[in-house]
Amino acid sequence: MTFTLDVEKNREKLEDYQQFLNAQKGKPGNLMLVLHKAQEVFGYIPGEIQQMISDTLRIPRAEIYGVITFYSQFTLIPRGETQVAVCMGTACYVKGAQAALDKAEEVLGIKSGETTPDGKYSVEATRCLGACVLAPFITINEEPHGRVTPADVEELLRKDK
Amino acid sequence: MDIKRLNEIKENTAKAIRVREEKKARISLKDRKASDEYHLLVCAGAGCDSSGGKVLREQLAKEIAARELDDKVKLVKTGCLGLCQAGPIVLVYPEGVFYALVQKEDITELFDTHIRDGNIVKRLVYEGAVKEDDFVESVDEVDFFKKQVKIALRNCGRIDPEEIDEYIAYDGYQALYQCLNSSREEVIQTMKDSLLRGRGGAGFPTGRKWESAFVVNDYPKYVICNGDEGDPGAFMDRSILEGDPHSVLEAMAICGYAIGSNKGYIYVRAEYPMAIERLNHAVKQAKEYNVLGDNIFGTDFSFDLEVRLGAGAFVCGEGTALMESIEGKRGMPRTKIHRTAVHGLWQKPTIINNVETFANVPYIFQKGAEHFRSIGTEKSPGTKVFALGGKINNNGLIEVPMGTTLREIVYDICGGIPGGKEFKAVQTGGPSGGCIPAEHLDTPVDFESLGKLGSIMGSGGMVILDEDNCMVDVARFFLDFTVDESCGKCTPCREGTQRMLEKLDSITEGKGTPETITELEEMSQMIIDSSLCGLGQSAPNPVLSTIRFFRHEYEAHVNDQQCPAGACKALAKIVITDKCIGCTKCARVCPVSCIDGKPKEQHVINQDDCIKCETCIAACPVQAIVKQ
Repeated sequence: MTFTLDVEKNREKLEDYQQFLNAQKGKPGNLMLVLHKAQEVFGYIPGEIQQMISDTLRIPRAEIYGVITFYSQFTLIPRGETQVAVCMGTACYVKGAQAALDKAEEVLGIKSGETTPDGKYSVEATRCLGACVLAPFITINEEPHGRVTPADVEELLRKDK
Repeated sequence: MDIKRLNEIKENTAKAIRVREEKKARISLKDRKASDEYHLLVCAGAGCDSSGGKVLREQLAKEIAARELDDKVKLVKTGCLGLCQAGPIVLVYPEGVFYALVQKEDITELFDTHIRDGNIVKRLVYEGAVKEDDFVESVDEVDFFKKQVKIALRNCGRIDPEEIDEYIAYDGYQALYQCLNSSREEVIQTMKDSLLRGRGGAGFPTGRKWESAFVVNDYPKYVICNGDEGDPGAFMDRSILEGDPHSVLEAMAICGYAIGSNKGYIYVRAEYPMAIERLNHAVKQAKEYNVLGDNIFGTDFSFDLEVRLGAGAFVCGEGTALMESIEGKRGMPRTKIHRTAVHGLWQKPTIINNVETFANVPYIFQKGAEHFRSIGTEKSPGTKVFALGGKINNNGLIEVPMGTTLREIVYDICGGIPGGKEFKAVQTGGPSGGCIPAEHLDTPVDFESLGKLGSIMGSGGMVILDEDNCMVDVARFFLDFTVDESCGKCTPCREGTQRMLEKLDSITEGKGTPETITELEEMSQMIIDSSLCGLGQSAPNPVLSTIRFFRHEYEAHVNDQQCPAGACKALAKIVITDKCIGCTKCARVCPVSCIDGKPKEQHVINQDDCIKCETCIAACPVQAIVKQ
């Protein structure tokens, strides 16, 4: 899937972001900060944004790309409107998180790390979310759901749809 | 801020929260009167919040307003109490009654019976606190809490983490004042005397670390708090940051004074939004009170703090990788020619300590190094926080003196294994640690003893495994994690772990041979000897420790193509036993129609076609279908 950034629709956001970038000039270690901001504002870090960062902060595109792809929280494709995160920490894994993830992938028809073509859903196998007591643990748009079975996952996602 | 003002706040707040200190060990259920004042402490940790705690808090606040009880009842949002299994938890003071699994439907009864009439709602009291007919135990007397010694978690669940005054009421920022009025050498000497060792995993003596940065004459210097808690199954740093953020801030300022630094960074995982929010709030409050910022307590010492976010990379928990990340680069570990205390962040002297380590520091100055050394073992003084997860009754967070045995932790405090299953192993130290089997349950937990068993203390995550968990699969899980998180800088870790994962995959799929096990052992040694950083050097630990203690399981996979725990899907065989009543349900639900049999007769699964989806197991009304 390729996703393109609608420049017209996002003009205001882009202008705000440019101002934010200008304020970060010369601050040590600013790349992580501006990437976090971009991820928060746009939901992903498209090429256009990478170019803006590069031009403003005088950092090569290659270096920016290198940092984005190093960290799993930064994405090059947009996440869905509804974001499903399945915790794959040890405690969740030994209590059956794999089955919950399999079910989510099956219901949504996408693999972990992907977004549905209509942009509505994305699913992600995450690192430990620290809610080990509620294993297996998933979040749907940050709303927590603990001790889920594959049947629960199916119900939650179908209800949502 | 000066000491007079600090003491004033301390006294005034202590008065305001004194009802929390009036509890008795046993609470009689008879002849009760309502109290004039109540404090409802509601846990706002992640565990409780995810079990309905957030809604409960909102409803409690509404109830207080609706009944016009604002003067009489104070609702306090606390950090994690540790017994997440019983969440949402509500503690009612002055009695100290421990209500567990409270839902919003229980609120009316709680207010009518307890707040209005003064009686205890016995059905909501945590079951471990109900021992006799006429009494219930108060919260501190419950087995789970009684056997713990709380230092790092001393304020978690006791104070409102968003109120700096409540932290001050429990001696907060007194240690900082005391340090600023001592010489830097004295502060470092106290740290050295305490023998506190780093709680992030390696156990390096904190005092010596501070001293090595202190003696370097190169400025600016930096203090970093490592809150990149990446070990799956460990959540103690999260609980401290969420439940008692000021203890970390105070400790960092003390460290800054000791080594001569004016700037600190707290690096937190982005996966912990609540911790980030509370930290930012705490930093703001501390600056307003001038316990952070310029000229703290009117001295010439200034210290500024900044919260920095990780972005989902396990390797950033490694000190030098974390510094690279703060510098805005790919978080790859450096080749360590110098200690980071000499050349750290931006090549300047830097002290990096873990969250839990810092949380111990104010306590050491409050109580003295000698007192601290009297807890725990000679070589590992103090306590350690452990996060228990997996197949255990009391999931949650505990803090015990170093040297407590695994058996005490698993059985006495955490209540053993649920469902009558057999304990198989405890996994400590996350992806860098190992699995410890039942025969070593009497091992005291300290840095040295766990090392001898091929595991590590790590950050303190403990995942309990029972008979249903396959040890090869567990090793594979961790290696899969390491392969994914290897930063790619050095070849042994990048390529070696990948090759090991392929070998483990082949074993779990029934394609392994006895030589595969030998090859795994050889490759492990190679990776340990030649990797650049701690992540690579410890990556083979889960494989080596499971081979060491559970070789028979590996052998069953390669010799007999069997998974004794029935966890490896490719090797599992689903069969119908003679308990079958011939109801035909299984044959009807089977998605690949591989079940044959006549009504009222025992059915049979055609193994060649079976896809092991287990639908039939769920459908069988008499549990006649089993995995082998």
